[in-house]
Amino acid sequence: MERNIARIALFAALIAALGFLPAVTLGFGVPITAQSLAVMLCGTVLGAKRGALAVLLFLALVALGLPLLAGGRGGLGVFASPTVGFLVGFPIAAFTTGLIVERWKGPLPLVASVASIIGGVVVLYVFGAMGLALMLGKTFPEAALLVTAFIPGDIIKAVLAGGITSGLAKARPDSLLSRA
Amino acid sequence: MISLTSPTKIWAHRLPAGVKLAALPLTTLALFAVSAPAPLGLACVATAALYLSAGPLFARAGITSLRPLWPFLLVIALWHGISGEIAAGLTISLRLINAVALANFVTMTTPLSDMIAVLSWLLTPLRKLGLSTRAIELSIALVIRFTPALTHKGERLAEAWRARARRRPSWKIITPMAALALDDADHVALALRARGGLEPPPTSPPNPSSFPK
Repeated sequence: MERNIARIALFAALIAALGFLPAVTLGFGVPITAQSLAVMLCGTVLGAKRGALAVLLFLALVALGLPLLAGGRGGLGVFASPTVGFLVGFPIAAFTTGLIVERWKGPLPLVASVASIIGGVVVLYVFGAMGLALMLGKTFPEAALLVTAFIPGDIIKAVLAGGITSGLAKARPDSLLSRA
Repeated sequence: MISLTSPTKIWAHRLPAGVKLAALPLTTLALFAVSAPAPLGLACVATAALYLSAGPLFARAGITSLRPLWPFLLVIALWHGISGEIAAGLTISLRLINAVALANFVTMTTPLSDMIAVLSWLLTPLRKLGLSTRAIELSIALVIRFTPALTHKGERLAEAWRARARRRPSWKIITPMAALALDDADHVALALRARGGLEPPPTSPPNPSSFPK
């Protein structure tokens, strides 16, 4: 019980901490926020249920007024902004990612990457585009068009999440609750 | 950690947090029910008056907090400028600015402790059902405590990287950061268990006469 709570809380803190680190760059010098990568990691490392709980905890703190989203954003305003769909999609993305890693017992780097793409990109962007469509009064395909530019970067993050997950599995062998 | 509550104390800080948090979704729903630019424009004037009633310093902070919206407003302006549906574009933009500004207003005038008190009150039904909400309250405290700590560790990993490499720190520092988070979690779990864990404290003190002499 205590161990689960501690891991959920520390991964919620990890999502926030990775949003604060601007120094992380991709190979070709594009600065990215690793926040959505952290959401994928919640799923691949903690598993479906605990991963989603960690993301929900993080969102609860954002709603309470802490500036934990990348770029120092937070408060209730972000839940009224056009990107609200991505926030709603975050816990569902972590849940889907975790569920795939739990069920598909293939080689970890591959499974975690594919799970992150399905959960952290496909599922997340469906919710993100739905939110955008609702808030900006557009149809779903129109909204999806507006976010396509960000998809390649997030696919790269999903593949990195796969590598990081298998790295963690080697560094802390009993840490992968999704495969426990 | 710094919360987004405004350091400038205004009249709205004295309103009960529950009232503000109940009024916000109702007002937002009302904004979404209206689909003509004129009433939404009036609502915008009302919101601006709300901010200005708190003084210029507070109003300026309010405008700063709306800054993340500009890319979306630009997209709407371009989109509706090209398609010619100016009234619809105006409706969407005014509604968006208004909804976000009102939500920011509640965040800016409600201290974190009041927000947590409302959350705790919302969880009362769970407690009535016999579920312990200590886990939720404890995990909120843990995140507030460990976010700066983990950020600091991340910064030190980035420094160590810069000391060894010419290029900027890459995604490779995320693996050790996550490992450090897992280690911290293990230490926290041990410390929690050593202090009696998450079991609710005994409601009545044990009867001293039941102890063997």
